[in-house]
Amino acid sequence: MAYQIIVCGGLAPDPLQTLEPVATPAGPALKNEMMLPAVFDPWASHALYEAAHLARQHAGSTIKVVSLAPKAKLQQVMMTVAQKLPFELVPLDGPGGGFTDAASVASALAGAIAAIPGLDKSQLLVFGGWESATRGAGVVMQMVGEKLGITEQFLAVDELKVDAGGALVIKERVEGGRHQVSRCAAPPAVLAWATGNLPEPANHPQTGMANMRAMMPALQKAKAASLASAITYAEVALPAVTRQTRIVKDVPAAEIAREIAEWIKQ
Amino acid sequence: MPASTTTSQRELLRTLPGDDIRQILWKFADRFDLQMLVQSVRAVARGPVARLVAQGGRLTHDWTPEKNALLAEYDAAGITAAFMKPEEGGYLEGPKNLALSLIAFEIAWVDAGAATGSMATHLGLAPIHERGTPEQRAHYMSVCAPAPGQEPKRAAFALTEPLPYVGVETGLLSGKVRVAEWPEGGEPLLEVSKRGRFITGMGFANIVSAAVESDDPRLHGTMMVILEEGDPGIFDRGTPTKKLVHQLSSTSDPVFQLKVPASRIIGGYRVVDGRIVPNYDHGAIIEAVFRRTRVTVGLITAAKLLSAVEPLIRYHRDRFRGSGAGAPGSPRYDLGLQQKEDVTHRLLDVWATGEACASLGFATARLFDDLDPIEKEKDRVLAEQGITGGMSMVKALRKRSVEAIEYLDQRSRSEALRNKARYSALAADPVIQYLALDAQANVLCPATKLWNTGIGSRMMREAVSLMGGYGITEDCPGFLGYKWIDTQLEATYEGPEAVQRRQLSLTMTSEVFLAQFRTWIHEMRRVAANEPGTGACTLASAMHLWVWTLEHLQQAKDANGQKLYQSNRQGVTFPMADALCWLLASRCQILDVQRLRSEGAGAIQEGFEGTVQFLTDLCHIQASRAAGEVSRICSELVFGYLRHPSWDNAPECSTCFKEEELQQIESIIPGASGFTSEYLMEDGTHSTKAGPCVRAEGLGDFTKLRSKLDGCLAGALLAKDRASESLQKVMIPAALDYPQ
Ligand SMILES: Cc1cc2nc3c(=O)[nH]c(=O)nc-3n(C[C@H](O)[C@H](O)[C@H](O)COP(=O)(O)OP(=O)(O)OC[C@H]3O[C@@H](n4cnc5c(N)ncnc54)[C@H](O)[C@@H]3O)c2cc1C
Repeated sequence: MAYQIIVCGGLAPDPLQTLEPVATPAGPALKNEMMLPAVFDPWASHALYEAAHLARQHAGSTIKVVSLAPKAKLQQVMMTVAQKLPFELVPLDGPGGGFTDAASVASALAGAIAAIPGLDKSQLLVFGGWESATRGAGVVMQMVGEKLGITEQFLAVDELKVDAGGALVIKERVEGGRHQVSRCAAPPAVLAWATGNLPEPANHPQTGMANMRAMMPALQKAKAASLASAITYAEVALPAVTRQTRIVKDVPAAEIAREIAEWIKQ
Repeated sequence: MPASTTTSQRELLRTLPGDDIRQILWKFADRFDLQMLVQSVRAVARGPVARLVAQGGRLTHDWTPEKNALLAEYDAAGITAAFMKPEEGGYLEGPKNLALSLIAFEIAWVDAGAATGSMATHLGLAPIHERGTPEQRAHYMSVCAPAPGQEPKRAAFALTEPLPYVGVETGLLSGKVRVAEWPEGGEPLLEVSKRGRFITGMGFANIVSAAVESDDPRLHGTMMVILEEGDPGIFDRGTPTKKLVHQLSSTSDPVFQLKVPASRIIGGYRVVDGRIVPNYDHGAIIEAVFRRTRVTVGLITAAKLLSAVEPLIRYHRDRFRGSGAGAPGSPRYDLGLQQKEDVTHRLLDVWATGEACASLGFATARLFDDLDPIEKEKDRVLAEQGITGGMSMVKALRKRSVEAIEYLDQRSRSEALRNKARYSALAADPVIQYLALDAQANVLCPATKLWNTGIGSRMMREAVSLMGGYGITEDCPGFLGYKWIDTQLEATYEGPEAVQRRQLSLTMTSEVFLAQFRTWIHEMRRVAANEPGTGACTLASAMHLWVWTLEHLQQAKDANGQKLYQSNRQGVTFPMADALCWLLASRCQILDVQRLRSEGAGAIQEGFEGTVQFLTDLCHIQASRAAGEVSRICSELVFGYLRHPSWDNAPECSTCFKEEELQQIESIIPGASGFTSEYLMEDGTHSTKAGPCVRAEGLGDFTKLRSKLDGCLAGALLAKDRASESLQKVMIPAALDYPQ
């Protein structure tokens, strides 16, 4: 069976960058965020690699990436992501970052998905990350599903297989480091991915160039998404980093290891 | 202290310039194929290449399995195939000079040897690409293009020979070729004997383009021949060179004694009066090859200079953190060594040089991208007139250089002052276009190679010293010590500095180039008029001084009556070539920032003003540095060959005052004697001041130009202070994005 796979994914600042929250008239933001190099959200990236894997196994499947982000940044990020696998981009121009409201982002994404011509729910799999690396709310994909009327939803997915009868066999993370395996008879379904099992595909400029022929016009035409939000932030701060260093001399490695293990147990 | 206490009202640089800025500066914002290539190559450079360097992969001369594994990474990232046309297994359309330059730049950001190694096959194939027959091109390009299930062949370029043969002088060939068999009516079989020295890629190459000379009356002159592993005879890779640099590339001294068919002569051959006459001698081939590949070498050094900025800022800022001597929030904690003006100023010198190197190199690469199709078109047009190469081509082109100069003159005029019909006709003529571009390329290519690697090498040392003792350890963040020593190879291979200076000393005096250069002076004046404080005015004055000096030296003689500007007088021609390079690099840098200023405003959403201001300040710093160099070189050459006056030389004392004359003058106008230079005392001796002063007749114009130039330096150091403040405040990532 051929699937129509939609992958929802935003952008996140490159993890090595210095992130400094600042207050702006429009609410909190990261200092110089638009100038920092960005990456495709790591959780959504796992979803994308899994989508590629599934599409390769099921001839005729298509992948569309729906992304809400500042389009200039999105274009830069696509220079890398678009090299990894063939897909079509459905861009929505709007603010990126972690301070947008999850509900309004979900509305915008669901609206963009619903507007995709030729959408066939009997083939539709909506993928995304189980949370974003920026907001970390872990609720967007569920809301996207609800707004599209897709109630088969799987969260923190690590594996998807299609059995001989065409049912989706899905492994989700549950409490205590365990997995729960579910069977879903057929699409449509929402799968919000954890890490999955696949490595990052290698870059392949040839693939990227083929993708870009359609992506550049799409980016140029990307419509601005308006994100209404009722959220106010009382305070934003970086997680405190504390370092506890003790300098020791002449202590055997085994003794150091034992002490560290003790400390972790506390 | 200005660096730490000045707070300017202007916007400062907020983050290090990102890809969006670079794409506009280096003019590939509309080339998404190249933007992707950059990302793909970067992942290899900052991933597997950086890991291998960090793991000590450079510490052996041998071509290890770990080094060899990088070849597959290069293939997968599209680096190997970037050289080929789509029909040969490549994927990039059109000329590839900018693409290859971007590849070299990205890999050299981490390790220059890897950059060399990744492109060794390109160099080996370049003779076939530039001058090979269509069959040779189709075959060798496609066997070297990676394809699914096919291990690509790799190529090497063998010109240099063991001493005392080919080095800087490429004519001293000891590699020989003879006719081994020549069956009646059939293809001759050649016996090639070649020893190479320092040949890159020999640890793995299966195909070698070798320069050899005929040792047989049935073969004419010199040629390049394709050798393959598997040809009958000896294909000995030789032992690895014990080099101190570029350890992630393979280098050795191979030995070849092989029998190959004459169809392996690059570019083919004719049989004339029973002799095999190659269509191209080895000189013509290497000229066509190096004029493109040398640009990429220049960009290797450029990348390293720019790559030094982030680790240096981080080192300086963090230098005293954790010591207890400065609490968070104190200047010592926040700025560390950046409190010291010398530290920021010297880093700005490194950064400004890196920007100028990159601007010059990428401008040259783009120029070759423009030139390549026009060269083909020119060949086609001339072929229609029965002119297909050799001396007839040289003569035909020479005849039309006057029109090329006319075209440049028309182009530099405002539209109202142009002869439109004439201008359009010249602009539409591929021969004229070729002449104009070729004259530039003949200068810009050696300038990129010479200046980027030579001055780049000196500035890389400066970068290393700014890292203190750490700079010369294997642990240095950003591998700066390695990057420094590697620059010496970039300055040496593919023609050391002397070769580039020699070429420049010829090409920079071409009338077409000089006509172009004069229009560039006006161009810089226009920039200065619209954007004062960019260094463009300083540069224009320095360019004027350089042209004046060149014209003067071409006419002038030294004190012994010997002509000054002549090919064996390298003491005159070489420094003038050096001076020109400073000007060209600075000009390209200013033009790039101009492009950013005009095209970036709409595209860059945040921090644009501060970035442009900072990059403009770097232009100003660099232009004043260039002006200083040019001024020094020109003065030395203009005055240095005049005989210094001496007291013994009677005519030179004819204008000296006598002591009693001075006393009389003093009695009339007290103090007036102070304005005299030399005077003779009553006993006929001179006063014991420093010595007789030079009277430089006919050099008044030079002196005026020079003092004008001095005035143009106004503001350059204020720009440096302003840029210093940016260095102190710019936000940098928390850590380097490649391992140490
Ligand atoms: C790591 C490495 C890789 C290399 N890879 C290749 C390769 O792949 N293929 C290849 O063919 N070669 C290769 N080379 C060789 C390289 O191109 C030569 O070393 C270089 O051209 C200089 O030749 P030489 O060492 O014989 O210097 P020499 O000719 O001895 O020159 C030494 C110096 O003398 C001066 N000098 C010499 N002649 C003149 C002159 N006419 N005017 C003024 N000054 C002069 C200059 O200062 C010059 O730098 C490589 C070299 C190295 C070190």
